[in-house]
Amino acid sequence: MATYSINDFRTGLKVMLDGDPCNIVENELVKPGKGQAFNRVKLRNLATGRVWDRTFRGSESLEGADVVDRDMEYLYTDGEFWHFMDPETFDQFAADAKAVSDSAKWLCEQDKCVVTLFNNAPLVVAAPNHVELEVTETDPGLKGDTAQGGTKPATLSTGAVVKVPLFMNIGDVIRVDTRTGEYLGRASKD
Amino acid sequence: MSDFWRPSCSPELLQARAELNFRLREFFRARQVLEVELPVLASSFVTDPFIEPVTARNAGHTYYLQSSPEYAMKRLLAEYQRCIYTLTKVFRAGECGSRHNPEFTMLEWYRVGLDDHGLMREVGELLCELIPGLDIHKLSYRQWFSDRWGVDPHTIALAELRALGKSLIEIDDTGLDKDAWLDLLVTHELEPSLPVGLTFVHDFPASQAALARIVDDEHGTPVARRFEAYLACSRGTAMELANGYWELTCASEQRRRFDCDLARRQTLGVPSYPVDEKLLGALERGMPACAGVALGVDRLLMQLHGLKRIGQTLSFEFSRA
Repeated sequence: MATYSINDFRTGLKVMLDGDPCNIVENELVKPGKGQAFNRVKLRNLATGRVWDRTFRGSESLEGADVVDRDMEYLYTDGEFWHFMDPETFDQFAADAKAVSDSAKWLCEQDKCVVTLFNNAPLVVAAPNHVELEVTETDPGLKGDTAQGGTKPATLSTGAVVKVPLFMNIGDVIRVDTRTGEYLGRASKD
Repeated sequence: MSDFWRPSCSPELLQARAELNFRLREFFRARQVLEVELPVLASSFVTDPFIEPVTARNAGHTYYLQSSPEYAMKRLLAEYQRCIYTLTKVFRAGECGSRHNPEFTMLEWYRVGLDDHGLMREVGELLCELIPGLDIHKLSYRQWFSDRWGVDPHTIALAELRALGKSLIEIDDTGLDKDAWLDLLVTHELEPSLPVGLTFVHDFPASQAALARIVDDEHGTPVARRFEAYLACSRGTAMELANGYWELTCASEQRRRFDCDLARRQTLGVPSYPVDEKLLGALERGMPACAGVALGVDRLLMQLHGLKRIGQTLSFEFSRA
């Protein structure tokens, strides 16, 4: 991989820092008129999601990180790994629990996901922003309570638990925002 | 990118700059300070350890686009002994960001007979004319640090300063010296939390004197009679606007500072450029006691109009130039 000097830093550049691949979120030159130049850089650690504030000197440089985002289809899990396929090249990749992380509870076979590859191995799996899943367990629906009112927990086919309106029943299919875990509505029937 | 040829500033800012230039000239005309024009291209360059030149070729020789009109203005001062100002483009290689453009506009002026405190008063008067109701604050560099952390920046040991810095700033600090840590604490911690208004910070560490006189302060500590003016027209936007000195006039001390700077540049592994012997010649002839200040006009426009990027004040920012 190429090495980048501080002058090459720009938003979106992927670099290695302390052994982890990072994405440059912000980069600002800080230089007193008579003083030394520094760059204040915000980096997102792609492995942990943590945002770092780091300051670099003009003379420093960082190695580029071999990181790419690819659209993939989720195939199945064998309990230890989650398997994905690039629908264009048919390349298959196995992601471990660390890479799949919270996305695991939303994944349904044949879902389209963005898999971030680091040195050609899955680093992060992002579930689709919206998924449609079936309710497999919840208290019985309350007749007549269709509009306003409270919520109750419901377990979905993937094991995720979300809050749903009181009128929902087992077997209903709902739309969920995976970023917030919020119920969006009843899925439109095919 | 169908708009790659377009200006980076709005028509309002184009107008605002023209108006500001007019008002600056009016201010100095009323005070009988003479406007002068200086060479932008010259055969020598400043020795500042952290300023790099943009170079140009002419008739087979290398020349330097000037990072400041200071040396040429001092030669005029030595010859004509009168108050002068200039509004000019200056160049600093590699300085590009939301508050930096490699080419920018500087207002620089020299007042015969004034010291740093007298000149701070005049900077305040100029800015109050441009920004009615502007609050003005003034504190020493020592007070700036002691109010926040209870330390004296002039006497603190490197180890203690580093520990303080490391607790606030994530950086690989190999080889960072005391001045570097002081700069980091200023830019990362102190400057961003300055109040709304104009803040003068004076009496800098002697190691950051540049071309200012070094004089003992009331604690008996040698300090540089240098000041920085920071301007914030809204909360949290404070930026360095102007840098002034009670000017060094002694030729032999000036030569010593040049040599110091060159040694520093060698340690830092950056190239050295020809020293301005013409400035030393002028100082030997005798420059009147005076104070001088340089003010960033583009940053002043940023503050006057609440802009986040210097490029919004420029007809064509560097990426479009």
